[in-house]
Amino acid sequence: MNRFPLWKYLLIAIVLLVSIIYTLPNFYGEVPAVQISPTRAAYKADNLLLKEVEDELNAAHITYSSAALTGDSIKVRFADTDLQLKAESVLQTRFRDGYSVALNLLSASPAWLTAIGAKPMYLGLDLRGGVHFLLQVDMQAALDKAVERNTGDLRSQLREQNLHYSGINRDHQTITIHFSDPATRAQASQYMSKNFSDLLLSEQDAPGDYILQANLKLATQKHLEESAIQQNITTLRNRVNELGVAEPIIQQQGPDRVVVELPGVQDTAKAKEILGRTATLEVRLVDENHDIAAALQGQVPYDDELYTERNGRPLLVKKSVALTGDYITDASPGFDQQTGQAAVHINLDARGARIFSDVTRDNVGKRMAILLIEKGKGEVITAPVIREEIDGGRVQITGMESAQEASDVALLLRAGALAAPMDIIEERTVGPSLGVDNIEKGFHSNLWGFVAVAVFMIFYYRVFGIFSTVALSVNGLFLVALLSMMQATLTLPGLAGIALTLGMAIDANVLINERIREELRNGNSPQAAIHAGYDRAWGTILDSNITTFIAGIALFWLGSGPVRGFAVVLCLGILTSMFSSVTVSRALVNLTYGRRVRLAHVSI
Amino acid sequence: MEFFRIKHDIPFMRYGKITTTISLLTFLFAIWALAYKGLNLGVDFTGGTVIEVAYRQPAQIDQIRDTLAKAGLTQVTVQTFGTAQDILIRLPLHAGSTNARTSDTVMAALKAQNPDVSLKRVDFVGPQVGKELYDNGALALLVVAGGILLYLALRFEWRFAVSAIIANIHDVVIILGCFAFFQWEFSLTVLAGILAVLGYSVNESVVVFDRIRENLRKMRKAGIPEIIDNAITTTMSRTVITHGMTQTMVLSMLFFGGEALHNFALALTIGIMFGIYSSVLVASPLLLMLGVKREHFIKNTAPRSGVTADGAQV
Repeated sequence: MNRFPLWKYLLIAIVLLVSIIYTLPNFYGEVPAVQISPTRAAYKADNLLLKEVEDELNAAHITYSSAALTGDSIKVRFADTDLQLKAESVLQTRFRDGYSVALNLLSASPAWLTAIGAKPMYLGLDLRGGVHFLLQVDMQAALDKAVERNTGDLRSQLREQNLHYSGINRDHQTITIHFSDPATRAQASQYMSKNFSDLLLSEQDAPGDYILQANLKLATQKHLEESAIQQNITTLRNRVNELGVAEPIIQQQGPDRVVVELPGVQDTAKAKEILGRTATLEVRLVDENHDIAAALQGQVPYDDELYTERNGRPLLVKKSVALTGDYITDASPGFDQQTGQAAVHINLDARGARIFSDVTRDNVGKRMAILLIEKGKGEVITAPVIREEIDGGRVQITGMESAQEASDVALLLRAGALAAPMDIIEERTVGPSLGVDNIEKGFHSNLWGFVAVAVFMIFYYRVFGIFSTVALSVNGLFLVALLSMMQATLTLPGLAGIALTLGMAIDANVLINERIREELRNGNSPQAAIHAGYDRAWGTILDSNITTFIAGIALFWLGSGPVRGFAVVLCLGILTSMFSSVTVSRALVNLTYGRRVRLAHVSI
Repeated sequence: MEFFRIKHDIPFMRYGKITTTISLLTFLFAIWALAYKGLNLGVDFTGGTVIEVAYRQPAQIDQIRDTLAKAGLTQVTVQTFGTAQDILIRLPLHAGSTNARTSDTVMAALKAQNPDVSLKRVDFVGPQVGKELYDNGALALLVVAGGILLYLALRFEWRFAVSAIIANIHDVVIILGCFAFFQWEFSLTVLAGILAVLGYSVNESVVVFDRIRENLRKMRKAGIPEIIDNAITTTMSRTVITHGMTQTMVLSMLFFGGEALHNFALALTIGIMFGIYSSVLVASPLLLMLGVKREHFIKNTAPRSGVTADGAQV
């Protein structure tokens, strides 16, 4: 009656073994490390880079415990934080350009555990310290900007088409054009619906004033909003790389929000400044009349500035700016149709196109430099030779080494600036000491609560109390193993959730034990009582857990951040407790009592 | 060993009037506290900035207040948090006066006054986020209550579901009432605790209801009050022990969990305490009042042949 088939014991044994293995990494702690990851697509994290890193560290006589290439970064582990900091400054100097060098803490678990994907639990910011930002993209500003650009284009193009208007102005996202006669308005309307397909036109009449109103089409608005947030995310990612954060999280939340999580970042003022920074793009002409060698020795001509190209060659660039990035409407990677070379296609708006065509017409055969300007500091992205006059606002830049680099430059051109301003609408910063403190306190509440429960259970239910306690600890093990496997974020409320689910999980065992006692009181034989106890309690256990599960699901759905961590633990804890308190404790009971045919007494 | 070796059923239903009165009084008290004092909503819901800083020596609150006033920050609440070295600074959200940069201003001012200060935590919540968190919280409460109601209605019968949910809403109101009366800060985690406790205390009603249903089939001759009395008495031991165990865990959280978990544990403590009482002594009398009948459960089986006289199909 109270015997399990062999497969059930085997199943439990296997689940236990797997859980123990996946829980192990949590006990090894962490070692200080430095992580070097390329921030440009043109640079790769490969064995060559690994060798360079190792050579650099050896040259500086910094001993490291291991250096390895994992995924898209090089991770070097050190014995202590002193060495880590020393190494960081050395590597920072060496890999300043195109790489992000960040401090990190890596699991100290042995390689075979990492190889099978066993990682320690993923700690939330409230446990490991760091900053969480929620940023709101100002979509109205993005749309205003787009409408403003259209207004400018309309102004110049209507004039070019000899469609005379008496006034044109923009109010928020509505462009109003005034005409003095309906015929011109009709012509303008026709021209606009052909050439400005993003605009929705409507007419209004007043005596002597014929008005054409233009608004952005809904589909265009949606497209603009989507690309604005995408561009902002790309920009943020690039900027966070500069901050040197080991495992940043940047993701979209809802239609107009971005979450940025920077573990380990303490200088929040700096983080805020960098995230909110606006970078711009400039096109300037290259000065090829002056001697570059003289400039390198310090004699830079008055009108010029000395820059270094990305391939390391020095370059004299004129100070006067021919065109700024404000005129770029889009940049995408592609190929040159004739040569098949990798290229970046840039679209300029009407004004930009006209400026660009003037500049290129006057400077055929010369070079121009495209610079990314941030905080007054410029970087030459590329400096191609102008082959012919370029009009129409479609610019193609070649000279990139690969398609990778082309897409990288396109990204830089797009990602140089934020598409729309962003506001920080939520900030949660947790200092490292508080994080450690939180872990300790969360751990202690679990430990002492568990001890108290175990003592009482064993005292009150004797042998069955021992079974229940073992089942409860197995439940804790399963929960930690599951959290580690799923890499679900463990937060402080999550830690509290572990304590709470353990407290609630014991309910199932109390229910079973009480039932068995009751069956014994009713005069059933011990074996029959055990059987009936487990059988009848199951329905109740299921019922009572489902209601808590409903609460957990609602919290996961509607909660955010730490509360969501609590919901995850609550739901997982209910699932593991149903298995451990029923199956595992039953297995123990069966192993102990199941084989005794004439069982006269059970210790309960 | 056993605590509860009860020979005769305790006539809980006879005390129905007393227990209902007690519930009603506590409930009304909670409503009064909520209406008169209101919840002390935390920064999660109101928006604003909370900064926790630590000094190595016990902090001088007056000095901190002066420093912040000089930095142009008025309407600041400064208080100790846990220990004398830990200081909590609150800045309410007023149009334009508090934003993401406020914490930087505060830290810069404090650092200038005493370089010994270190930042432990910053929570800044903008107005729209606060409102959303509030709305989502209220929605979560409704979803949980609705979900449990639906589940119990499907699993048992609507009268059971309604009595259980009323009993548990009564718990939630009492927890909220306590938070309002003592002006403990009501944060997002406290709300999470309340929702968890809502799901958890329904367990208790489920266990008692399970027994009532079982008794309705078994005890053909007994009246409904006796059936309920028996169900409560027989499950009493289990009720007290499981709640005791969960309460132990939660108390451990209250004592060892530190300031960050304090109010969360407090909500759970009150919730579990009233959970025992309400699911037994509120839900069951309600069930009686709503007029639960044997036929609600066995009307389909009773008239058919092949069923024993007591309605059981063993």
